[in-house]
Amino acid sequence: MPSRVLNGIAASDGVAIAESYRLVDPDLSFKKVKITDVNAQATRLSAALVASKKDLAQIKEHAIQTMGEDEAAAFDAHLTILSDPEMIRQIVKQIRDQRVSAEEALTVVTDSYVKLFENMQDNLYMRERSTDIRDVTKRVLAHLLGVELPNPALIDHQVIVVAHDLTPSDTAQLDRHFVKGFITDVGGRTSHSAIMSRTLEIPAVVGTKRATELISDGQPLILDGLHGRAILQPTTEERQQYHDLATTYKTQKIEWQKLQNKPSLTKDGVHHILAANIGTPEDLAAVTENGAEGIGLFRSEFLYMNAQDWPTEDDQFAAYKKVVQGMPDKPVVVRTMDIGGDKGLPYLKLPKEMNPFMGYRAIRISLNRTDIFRTQLRALLRASHFGQLGIMFPMIATLAEFRSAKKIYQEERQALIDSGTPVGDPQLGIMVEVPAAAILADQFAKEVDFMSIGTNDLIGYSMAADRTNERVSYLYQPYNPAILRLIKHVIDACHHEGKLAAMCGEMAGDQIAVPILVGMGLDEFSMSATSILKTRSLFHRLDSTRMATLADKAIHASTNDEVIQLVDDFVF
Amino acid sequence: MEKRNFHITAETGIHARPATLLVQAASKYNADITLEYEGKSVNLKSIMGVMSLGVGANTDVTIAADGDDEKDAMEDVAKTMKEEGLSD
Repeated sequence: MPSRVLNGIAASDGVAIAESYRLVDPDLSFKKVKITDVNAQATRLSAALVASKKDLAQIKEHAIQTMGEDEAAAFDAHLTILSDPEMIRQIVKQIRDQRVSAEEALTVVTDSYVKLFENMQDNLYMRERSTDIRDVTKRVLAHLLGVELPNPALIDHQVIVVAHDLTPSDTAQLDRHFVKGFITDVGGRTSHSAIMSRTLEIPAVVGTKRATELISDGQPLILDGLHGRAILQPTTEERQQYHDLATTYKTQKIEWQKLQNKPSLTKDGVHHILAANIGTPEDLAAVTENGAEGIGLFRSEFLYMNAQDWPTEDDQFAAYKKVVQGMPDKPVVVRTMDIGGDKGLPYLKLPKEMNPFMGYRAIRISLNRTDIFRTQLRALLRASHFGQLGIMFPMIATLAEFRSAKKIYQEERQALIDSGTPVGDPQLGIMVEVPAAAILADQFAKEVDFMSIGTNDLIGYSMAADRTNERVSYLYQPYNPAILRLIKHVIDACHHEGKLAAMCGEMAGDQIAVPILVGMGLDEFSMSATSILKTRSLFHRLDSTRMATLADKAIHASTNDEVIQLVDDFVF
Repeated sequence: MEKRNFHITAETGIHARPATLLVQAASKYNADITLEYEGKSVNLKSIMGVMSLGVGANTDVTIAADGDDEKDAMEDVAKTMKEEGLSD
């Protein structure tokens, strides 16, 4: 019997039981035939164009309601392509001159455009538009062939979306009322589908490799986003079991919700800051709903990744200002551009590297492309006038790097002051993810205003293991005493100099790690907004003196598993 | 016939959103509207045509409108150029 259980990465909490909805393209191949009635083909083309425009207008309308005008503007580009008089003329000419079907003529003409634009090496925008042309062609072709492209905008019952991967234009079409979860073949916790599901607060399991292969359309499915698992064709017992799990999870969420405006105190009254990690200004609503006491990590990458070219100072300023003003009297830490590694930019042509995670990325790019770095710093400085802003440099390995970044920052700040532009006095910190910086934390602590530990990379670099590589993923051991000692060293170093010690990696919201981190006296825990209330609830059960004993035992343990056992004995 | 020269000041040339908006503006009118750049002329109502020119920064283009509503068309196109920061 084939396995009914599909394992993947737990990307968003929750449990869903619903039918599957395959968001997968149908077969769009066609036979090349000589045609006799050219007018009939031209008429078919017009009809397909009209039908496609109708689809797109509907999708755009939907996007305006769910995502706002700005996001929906992307569909204007699609509509303009569909109405292009020159392109349509060429397709019709192709039908007449070559006596080919509308399908073939459409493909020939659009392919020639795609090729033309893709070859415009120096113009990124054109290359991006070739994707638009492909999208539009696919839709017209589907209408010509009489096959149905999945139109998620038309879903009218509760479903779990099954896809190879989800793009922003896919998710724009989804009706939040009906979509109960996502399961995808590829992706990780930071892929678009994962981030989107957490924003929508629906469960998601990503990176299953075989979801689209094993799950057919309309199949009953259990999606367990708590454990990263899906069960196909569930039995009655399994349905009951997961129904109970869903109820427990829901009840718990209601309990946690009561803590929205409660302070983040341990049982013995010690306060730790609970902050949120965000990716765009749109995430602010979830931050407030989950009672965050600040933003410990605002990833500025979205500004760069959602753009066709370097974002302007004004665009950046508007985004930063929106977030700072959305968090009155609360700290907001923005991380400067963290591009490179697995995050590329089409308009920043980087040579292929053997080890991108150890290559040209983040602050290393900023210190080389100071023009881009200065633009970002000016935007941040201007926004700092409107609230409590902190600036954090990613991937700092040496003090020289921090000093260079700080010097550039000071130059830009002075220039703005000289020009009469109001600026605040942001705190400057580093993200501790390179082991060398963690080890030298005592020296860094003398010069920075704060440090924030990025555990995902710190663990990866310390264990020399890429956690997306399945064969070595066992080495991703957040509780390994080696990692815990590094973390403790950083916290102690900060406290010795009276600086704030924060953490903004996955580990900060990890229910096994939190008791140890409380014991070590970590000042700020920054995590996905949806993990905050769960963590606040855990805080209430922890006694800080007892957790200090736990932390001490943990760093003197010898293995990851021993530490898990210790936490179990002390807390659960 | 209305004819006007524009100096493209936008750092990125005729780009992204502005191209779509220019085409949308032009498409509202009956007049034939063309965009000329480096000796090549395209229909300003054709996004593919406009994009295929690959107009870069700090270059000169000529826009011509011919038809009953050519004056209004030119005004609208010029307004879009300005609003989108393509030209002064």
